[in-house]
Amino acid sequence: MHPIFRNTSSMTAYLALWIVLAGLLGALIRVPGDLGWSQALSVSVPMCLFYAFVCLTPWYLCRAFPLGSPRVARLLINQLGAAILACALWIGLARLLVFAMDLGPGLNPAMPQLVVVGFLFYLMSVALHYALLAVEASREAALQTRDAELRALKSQINPHFLFNCLNSISALTSTDPVRARDMCVRLSDFLRNTLGLGERESIPWREELDLARTYLEVEQIRFGSRLNVEMKMDDACAECQVPPLVLQPLIENAIKHGIATMVEGGTVRLEGHVENGNLAIRVENSFDPEAPSPRRHGLGLRNVRNRLATRFGDAAHLNLAAADNRYSAEMIFPCHRIEK
Amino acid sequence: MKLRAVTVDDEDLALQILREYLEKTGDVEIVAECANGFEAVKAVGEHRPDLLFLDIQMPKLDGFEVLELIEPPVAVIFVTAYDQYALKAFDAAAVDYLLKPFSSERLGKAVERARALLSEPNPRALQAAELAAAARPPGQALERVVVKDGTKVHIIPIAKLDYVEAQDDYIALHSERKSYLKQQTISSIEEQLDPSRFARVHRSYIVNLERIARIEPYTKDSRVAVLQDGTQLAVSRSGYARLKELLGENV
Repeated sequence: MHPIFRNTSSMTAYLALWIVLAGLLGALIRVPGDLGWSQALSVSVPMCLFYAFVCLTPWYLCRAFPLGSPRVARLLINQLGAAILACALWIGLARLLVFAMDLGPGLNPAMPQLVVVGFLFYLMSVALHYALLAVEASREAALQTRDAELRALKSQINPHFLFNCLNSISALTSTDPVRARDMCVRLSDFLRNTLGLGERESIPWREELDLARTYLEVEQIRFGSRLNVEMKMDDACAECQVPPLVLQPLIENAIKHGIATMVEGGTVRLEGHVENGNLAIRVENSFDPEAPSPRRHGLGLRNVRNRLATRFGDAAHLNLAAADNRYSAEMIFPCHRIEK
Repeated sequence: MKLRAVTVDDEDLALQILREYLEKTGDVEIVAECANGFEAVKAVGEHRPDLLFLDIQMPKLDGFEVLELIEPPVAVIFVTAYDQYALKAFDAAAVDYLLKPFSSERLGKAVERARALLSEPNPRALQAAELAAAARPPGQALERVVVKDGTKVHIIPIAKLDYVEAQDDYIALHSERKSYLKQQTISSIEEQLDPSRFARVHRSYIVNLERIARIEPYTKDSRVAVLQDGTQLAVSRSGYARLKELLGENV
C-alpha cells in the first residue's frame, strides 16, 4: 500500500497538486492546438487525474530497485521502460479523449510537448519516490537506535531489583539504620550512573566496572551471606572503550538466574584481561540446573549480543556455557583506547 | 484468637520486616519462617497454619508450585516485588497481595481480610490449587510438574514425563517407570502442558509424543499407542485424529 493512502489529507493535497498541473497543462496545449480553454481543460484534467495514479506506481519499482544497489543497468532499464510505458498510456489517453470529444486534428501540434511532459512527470515522480524512501529509511533507523537504547536502559532499572531493594531498606530502617542509609546511597549511586551512562556512546571499562561493583554491593546487602563476589581484573582493561551498560545484563543474570536460585547462595566471579588487542570479560556464577526459571535467556543477553554486533561486527563474540553447577558468559571484543 | 502464620521469602530482610510488622499487630503468631519453597511445603504440612505469606520468586520451588503442593484450608497472602501477570490473578483468587515495600497498615488490612475469610464456613478463596492455576501467567507451558508424596516433594521435568492417566479426582503422572498421584483433573493439566509435545489421546490419557513407538489397531474403530517401554494406552477416535495432526499421516 502506498503511504499516500495512509491518510486522507496527504491524498487530498496530492490530488490538488495535480489539478494545478492540469491547469498548466491546459495552458500549454491550448496555444499550439488552437483550442478554447474549456476544450483544453476537458482534455488536460482527465489526463492529469489519470496520471496522478500512474505516478504512484514508482513506489513499488523504487523499492524493488533501491538506489545504490550494484545492478545499476537493471535499475535504469526497468525505470526507463516503466517511464516509456507510462508515457504511452498518457498519450493514448490524450488520443482517446480527442477522439471521444471529436476535437479533430487540433491537438496534433501539441503532441511533442505532451510526450515530453508525460515523460518528465513520470521521471520526477521516480526521483521523489527515491527521496521519500530515503526519508522513511532514516526515520526507521533513528527509531530503531532509540528503541535499542531504551531497551538497554529499561533492562537496567529492573523493577524487581528496585522494589526488592526498597523493601530491604524498609526492613533495615528499624533494625540497622546505618546500613539502611548506606544502601540508599549505593542504590542512588547506581541509578544515577545508569541514567547518565546510557546517553554516552562509549565509556572506559573502569566506569562500567564501577557500576557493576555498586550493583553487586547493593545486592550483597539484599542477599547477605548468600552472595559472594570474586574479582580478578587486569589493569590493562581499565581504559578500553566499551558500549555503556554492556556488562550489566550479564551481572544481573548471574544474580537472577544464578544466586537467587540457590538456597545456600554462591559465588559470582568476574574476570577480565586484554589479549591480542581484545578485551575478554568473563562472568561466572553458580546456579541450580533444576531451578524453576520461566524466562531464561531473555532480553538481557539478546541486548548485549545486538549491541556488540552493531558496534564491532564479527570481531565481537559472546559465548555462553553451562557445566555442572557453573554458568559462564564470556564476551570478547576489540579494545579501543582513546589517545591522549 | 491468634492467627498462626508461616512466612516464606528467600531474603532475610524481607522475612525480618514481616516479623517486625506482625509482632506489632499482636494477633498473629509466626510459627515458622522459611527461606525456600521446600521448607514452606514442609512447614505448612507440619504446622497447619491459618495464614501463609508467600514470595513468588524463590529457589527450588516457586510460589505457585508451593501453592500446588499445600493442602487447604490456608489463607494465602502473596508478598511480591513486581509481577504483572500474577497481579491480575490475585485480584480474582488470592486473599490479598502485598507489593514490596509495604506499610504495616497495609499488612494489617490483609490480615483482617484473611481473618474474615477464615471465619466463613466454606471459603472459596482458600482453595490453594485453584488459586495456583489461576495465578500462572497465561500462555506459558509448564516446564516441570511438582508432586507431593507424604512429606517428600518430587519434581518431574516435563521431558521425563511419559504419560498422564486420569484416576477419578486424581491424576497419575508416569515418569521413568514410577507413578506419582496428584490431586488435579486431567483437563486442567492438559491446559498447562505444551500442546506441541503432549496430546490427549483418550478421555483418560495424555501422552508425551516423544514416547510413542507406534500406533496399532485394537478393535474395529479403536487403536492403542505403544510407548517405547512397551506400555499400551487406549487411543480414542478423536485422539487418533489429534495424533495424526501432530505427527503427520504416517502414524
